[in-house]
Parts: sequence; C-alpha cells; structure tokens
Amino acid sequence: MHMHRLEKMWLTFGVAMLAVFLIVLGIGVFANGAQPPTTHAHGGHEKPAPELAEETAPFDKPGLHKIGDNEYKLVMVAIAFAYKPLEDKIVIPAGATVHFEVTSTDVVHGLQIPGTNVNMMAVPGETTNFTFTFKKPGEYLVLCNEYCGNGHEMMWTTITVA
Amino acid sequence: MTDTVLAKQSEADGHRFAPQDGKLILAHVLFAFGALVIGAIAGLLQGLVRGGIVTLPAGIGYYQLLTAHGVLMALIFTTYFIFGFIWASIARTLGDLMPQVRRMAWVGFALMTIGTLLGTVLILLNQATVLYTFYAPMKASPLFYIALVHVVAGTWASAAGLFVQYRYWRRKHPGQTSPLLAFMSVATMILWIVATLGVAATILAQLLPLSLGWTERVNVMVSRTLFWYFGHPLVYFWLLPAYMCWYVVIPKVIGGRIFSDSLARLSFVLFVLFSIPVGFHHQLMEPGISPLWKFVQVVLTFMVVIPSLMTAFSLFATFELTGRERGRRGLFGWLKAMPYKDVRFFAPFMGMLIFIPAGAGGIVNASNQMNGVVHNTLWVTGHFHLTVASGVALTFFGIAYWLIPAATGRKLTPKLHRLGIVQTWVWAVGMLFMSGAMHSVGLLGSPRRTAYTTYGDNAEAVGWMPYHVVMAVGGTILFVSVVLLVINIVLLLRAPRGVEEFPLGETAPDSPAVPVWLERWGLWVGIVIVLVLFAYTVPFADMIQHAGPGAKGVVTW
Repeated sequence: MHMHRLEKMWLTFGVAMLAVFLIVLGIGVFANGAQPPTTHAHGGHEKPAPELAEETAPFDKPGLHKIGDNEYKLVMVAIAFAYKPLEDKIVIPAGATVHFEVTSTDVVHGLQIPGTNVNMMAVPGETTNFTFTFKKPGEYLVLCNEYCGNGHEMMWTTITVA
Repeated sequence: MTDTVLAKQSEADGHRFAPQDGKLILAHVLFAFGALVIGAIAGLLQGLVRGGIVTLPAGIGYYQLLTAHGVLMALIFTTYFIFGFIWASIARTLGDLMPQVRRMAWVGFALMTIGTLLGTVLILLNQATVLYTFYAPMKASPLFYIALVHVVAGTWASAAGLFVQYRYWRRKHPGQTSPLLAFMSVATMILWIVATLGVAATILAQLLPLSLGWTERVNVMVSRTLFWYFGHPLVYFWLLPAYMCWYVVIPKVIGGRIFSDSLARLSFVLFVLFSIPVGFHHQLMEPGISPLWKFVQVVLTFMVVIPSLMTAFSLFATFELTGRERGRRGLFGWLKAMPYKDVRFFAPFMGMLIFIPAGAGGIVNASNQMNGVVHNTLWVTGHFHLTVASGVALTFFGIAYWLIPAATGRKLTPKLHRLGIVQTWVWAVGMLFMSGAMHSVGLLGSPRRTAYTTYGDNAEAVGWMPYHVVMAVGGTILFVSVVLLVINIVLLLRAPRGVEEFPLGETAPDSPAVPVWLERWGLWVGIVIVLVLFAYTVPFADMIQHAGPGAKGVVTW
C-alpha cells in the first residue's frame, strides 16, 4: 500500500517512541517491582463468602501487625460505609514498610491515600495486596474512591505516621 | 473560502435525502439532543453540589443525578447521535435506504426509545442508582436491566439493517471499492457489536438473574471483566464517528481532498482490532487478575497509538496541502487559510485541538503502575470530559449544524453559523475551566463520583474546595452552551427552505487504488476474535476456576 515518505518517517518515529515507553514501563514493573496492586502472589485463593470475611483470617483481626524489622502488615476491611479498623486506630512508625491487605464484605470499594501512590480497589470475595513505605510523618487521609452507595462520601478514615 | 464558492459546491453536490430517510435521521438526532439536555441539567446540579454551592431539595440524591448524567450523556446521547449520523452516511453514499432497511432502523429506534424512557423513569424513581457502570453486586430494579437490554437490542436491529444495505450495494457493484463513509460505518458497527457482547453477557447471565432473585450471588470479577471488555471499545464507538467527520467531511468543508483513502480505512481497521482486547487497563488497581496479564493488555492498549498517529498525520496533511494550494507559504502559513468562520469546520476543529491533551492524559491513565496516581480521581473525570465531552461532542455539534438542515431540506444561514461559533467557544471555555480544575485536583487526590464532603474538615480535602468551585463555574458555563445549542437547533428547524450540503470529501484523482484486502471483513473479525481469545482466555478461566461463592446482591442507596 502506498504511504507518503513523511508519514513513514512520522510513524517510524512514533512506533519507536512507543516501544521505548513500553520498555521503560516494563522495566519498572518486572525489574523494579513497581507492580500495581494485586492478589497476593502465593496462596490467596481461599475465598470465603464476602460477608464471612470478618470471621476469616487475616480479616478477623483488622489492624496493624508487625511482621519484621520495620515491616508491618496492615489488614483492612471495607464495609459500606466505613473501614475497619475504625478511625485513630492506625499508628505507623515513620519509615516503615507497610503491606496492605484489603477486602470488602459487600460491594466494590476503593482505598486511596491522597498524596501517596496508595490507590486500590477492595472487591468482595478477593484480597488486594499493595506495599508502600511511609517516609514522612503526619496524618494521612484514607478515602473510598469507588462509588459504593449513598454513604460513599462518608467513607473515610485516617492513618497516623509518627 | 467565499460564500459564492460554498454556494456553488452545494449546487454541485445538491444531494437531498429521501423524505423518509430525512425523518429517520432527524428523529435520531433530536432524540440525542433531548437526552443531552436532561443529562446537562443533572450535570449542572452535580457541579453545584460538589462545589458546595447548593444542596439538593426534595430528597433528590446526588448519585441519582450522577447516574442520570452518565447514562443519558455517555450512552444515550452518543448512541442516538451516532445512529443518526451513520444512517445519513449510508443514505448519502449507498443510496436511499431500502424499505426493509428503513423498517429495521425504525424497529431499532423504537426498541432503544422504549429502553431509554423506561430506564430514565427508573433512575428518577431512585430504583437504579448504580451509575452507568452498574457494578455488581449492586442490584438495580430488574426493569432497569430490561430497559438496557432494549437499548442494546435496538442498536443490533439497526446495525443489522445497515449490514443489509451494505451487502446489497457490494453485490450490485462487484469489484468496486465501497464508499469510504460506508466502510467506516461498517467498521464502527462491527466494533460495537463485538463490544456489546460483553455487556449483554453480564446483564443477561449475571445482573438480571440476580436482580430477579433467581440467583443469590454473583461473581464480581467476571462481571467487572465483562463490563470493561465493553467499556473501553465503547469509547472508540464514540470516537470513530467523530473520525468519520474528520477524515471525510472536514476535507470537503475546507475545500481540500482526503489525504489517503487506503490509510483512512487501515486506521479504522486497526482501531477495531486494538480497542477490544484491552479492558484490563480499567482494572489495574484491583485483585483477581495476574500482573502479567494486566501488562499484556497495557501493551495491547497502546497499539491504538499507531492509528491515532496515522489520523493526526492525515488530518494535518490535508490542512497543509489545502493551505498551500491557496498560496499560503511558510511553515505554518497554511493554518491561516482554514475557514474558522464556518461552524462546520470550527466546532470539529476545536474538538481536534482539545483531543490532543485528552489523548496524552489517556496515555497516563492506561500506564500500568502510573495509573495508581490518578486511578478513580477527578483526573479521570477531567480526561473523559476532554475526550467524549469535547473531542467527540464538539464534532457532533459541528455535524448537527449541517445534518439537521440537510435532513429537513433547509439552509444553514450565516446568522446560524455565527451562533454556532459562539456556542462552540462557550463550550470550549467552560470545558477549560471544568476539565482543567478536574485534572489539577485529581492529581492532588480528590476522588471522582463523590458528593460534597470535606472528610471531617480534613486540611487536605478542604484545600481541594477552590478547585471544586472552579469546576462548578465551568459546569455552569457549559450549561449556557447547551442552552445556546438548543436555541440554535430550534432556529435550524425553522431555517429557510433550501438544500444544505452533506460535505463529502474525495481523494485526489491520481491516488492509488484501495487494496481489496481492506474490505475482507471476515478476515478482520477473525483477527479480533483471535486477539480477544489471546488476551482474555487464561485470566478469565482463572477467575472462574478460582471463584469463591460470590457476593450477594445489595442495594446501598
């Protein structure tokens, strides 16, 4: 098929840039581990009914659990229209690495901390995992960013990093 | 271009739609704008509520308005307008619609209208406050899903009619290349049908049985995957008709020629191939899909960059060649030769300009880990107000200005041109404020689809309020533009009688022939199926094999 010389150059340049871009993105994901939130890589396939999540480990004990040197697991449950643990209950030491483990007992919720890259969905029947290191001390707002019903805008909590 | 040249072209082109075809086109276009007006009222109120300027009276819910706005704008306005434009394109290029095709088109129109009216009533009764993405396990009234089934079935009936007319033309013209606009209409319909299979599957197999109480539980990940399998090609279903205008109508309006017929066709085929197997890039922040398959679909998503670059080149090549033919010199001198006072050019051209940053924003959204910064924030809302509500909507307005008089046998007068240009400017300015504020505050973390709140006077959230006020101001300006549009449409319907041109661009007489393989639809649909199977089989099987008991249906509004 006939193609104008300048258009060939334009497309070659564009496709080359696209390839560079995707390689950079891929290196970020597969070499540097900048994964989007996901299900825990190992296990994680035991899926109780969402409404029973709070009776099942680890969601029977929502809150911050120390798992190593300066490393914590933060288990949170999203319920229309609040998070467990409730407000003022989460205090994280500054500089700690936190492994989020989140689920929902009813509808799809979001969990986002503005000013950080913490942004994930809480899906009933699934567990979402994401790792983040809180470097700066302060009070962080945690809010639901997926429409979940009439109390959606009232669904928020805070995390204190001290 | 002078008015006399315009007038001569109209005479030469003197196409008149058969009166029955004119009625069909007009019905679709006017219904589309009716939905736009109701959706715009909902949008205005939302903006004012979110900015903390008004509180809704009489127990009207914010999310109820949000559902009405999304459904009426994103699904109903677009779909009706697209069918109006596509019926016009078919009748213009393949000849008057055949009686049985016309019947199918009206059956489609009737089904869509029954569905729209029923769905709108249920939304207003607060029986379906599930937004236009209706995420499981949220459970709307069964009648809402039945209404949506009618809308989709209506589009299928119309699409079937379109295929009948196209096949008839090809049988009557063996060995000939089909007209470009007809080819593009067929591509758009193929994309729509393949995409709607996903939403039809989740509604019929999951949401409707759940809502009727036939099943107690629903597999949420399967439902989300089926929805986004539809939800992303949906945006290309909005965009391709705008591209039809940019590729074919605009060259004629500016007095130039289509840059390359074959490349235009190739880009449409590539859009059909690469817009369907990519829904996971809407699901990057959720569990249940392996990171590898998310990345595969991210790569496939970005393949649409290729036809997008081809389109950008073709459009600006047409502008430059036309400008130079008029004797404009210098690197950018040709830009001065464009007919900015012709609303048929100006409105779609503003849409094109706005589409450039819109596309750049889309690249951010689809970028795997980068999506975490903006996922579900107002940035995303800002993004699609630049794409569908500017690039696409402004192009549709530009089309309506000549299509309505062309369908009714009237003339677009200079006064109406001017009013249309004012309306376009008001829209662009309103969108600059609204979408600009949405993008900015989204980067700061303000979430989308959320009613007024300061999260217990949280300092960060209070800092977002000035942006929300700017959004409300922008939304109000946009509403003024909708009012101007309505005035313009009423004036168009009373314009003086005459023949308004359907501007149909042509390729240069010496341009090379279109390769036959481009019209082998069986081949392209086959490749789409292969790509879909490649991108979805493994992760989808995983979702079903490792499914838990599922979630119970609930009403949370």
